[in-house]
Amino acid sequence: MSTSPNEPRKVLIVGSGPAGLTAAVYTARASLAPLMLEGEPSSTSDQPGGQLMLTTEVENFPGFPDGIMGPELMERMRAQAVRFGTEIITEKASRIDLSSRPFKVWVGDPAATEPTYTAESIIIATGARSLMLGLENENRLIGHGVSTCATCDGFFFRGQHIAVVGGGDSAAEEALFLTKFADTVTLVHRRSELRASRIMQDRLFANEKIRFAWNSTVEEIMGDQQLTGVRLRNLESGETTELPVTGLFVAIGHQPNTSLFDGQLALEDNGYLITGPGSHTSVEGVFACGDVQDHTYRQAITAAGSGCMAAIDAERWLEGQH
Amino acid sequence: MAENLTTLTTATFTETVASSTVPMLVDFWAEWCGPCKMIAPVLEEIAAEHPDAIHIAKLNVDDHPDIAREFSVMSIPTMIVFRDGQEVKRLVGAKGKGQMLQDLDEFL
Repeated sequence: MSTSPNEPRKVLIVGSGPAGLTAAVYTARASLAPLMLEGEPSSTSDQPGGQLMLTTEVENFPGFPDGIMGPELMERMRAQAVRFGTEIITEKASRIDLSSRPFKVWVGDPAATEPTYTAESIIIATGARSLMLGLENENRLIGHGVSTCATCDGFFFRGQHIAVVGGGDSAAEEALFLTKFADTVTLVHRRSELRASRIMQDRLFANEKIRFAWNSTVEEIMGDQQLTGVRLRNLESGETTELPVTGLFVAIGHQPNTSLFDGQLALEDNGYLITGPGSHTSVEGVFACGDVQDHTYRQAITAAGSGCMAAIDAERWLEGQH
Repeated sequence: MAENLTTLTTATFTETVASSTVPMLVDFWAEWCGPCKMIAPVLEEIAAEHPDAIHIAKLNVDDHPDIAREFSVMSIPTMIVFRDGQEVKRLVGAKGKGQMLQDLDEFL
């Protein structure tokens, strides 16, 4: 399937979550021999397979009535993309030039004169990464109580008291998962009610290991060698309290991965790529799908759906070029 | 799997790490850790490419939590490099091969 590096690919897909892999399945089946840059191993939600690689059970992906583990779902999507001839490279794009066609894509040294690949069309599926709190001590204590991956690290907090920051489905899912290990899990949320779906809220309220710190933000992460606690500020009273915890998991939202496209593609004020009609971006021949362009739905199934749209849009656009 | 990849257990840990003639990187991992699975092939490649510079061993924290506790491992993957039985470097979190080679440069 592979062509020489100098020959432009018909379709190059950047990113390998549900959006990118669905785009790969569709473009591969359309005989467009897609090349995918799937990214590199990481523990902070920008790894190959995307955010689902750090989750446990996915219960809302249609077709899996008994649920499926996130990493297994992604392995299956990848296998499906490979089955139809997708070529997958386990590297990150370091630079992308969309100023002329064919588009130019670099991996490795972004200052190299020659691009690593060129492509007639590009499908962007770089997704979004988890936001951190941005507090002092946060990075230093990663691996010493501060965790970016609940499924990886929950095991180490057996019998301990921990906190999860956030109020959406991701925070709810992490908190519930962590009750398998921890004695108590305090959910720290800046509002007085959760954004999480009804079913997740019901499970949280029914779980006796879950505590709530409403209207609260984390003001300080405490600990020298190991995390010892967090200082919370109550946004209504202004009071601060110390919550002694040995584990801290942050699920306060996401930020789209668009730095490769700064100044090249139109972005919304909040940083997400603007698409439309369909998956078209502001540059002809460049399409976007999944969380990098969606701050509204952000589900595996909507990402997959938009990946299908991007594949069909790219195929039709390529047909119109000849 | 590369030939110089050793599987450690509670029984063999201290002896194996102390008797290694070259620096030994111990990969603390578990079956349920997605990022651990992602870096396994990266470590195997590095082991195969630098057989005389570094040995790579794996410790399953699920099977041997006592060793993980002894080294205060609270996040996986954690990779600890031992020289003469002493910890000389600790890497936390999965990363790509390029970054890993850079982090291990002093040993390669």
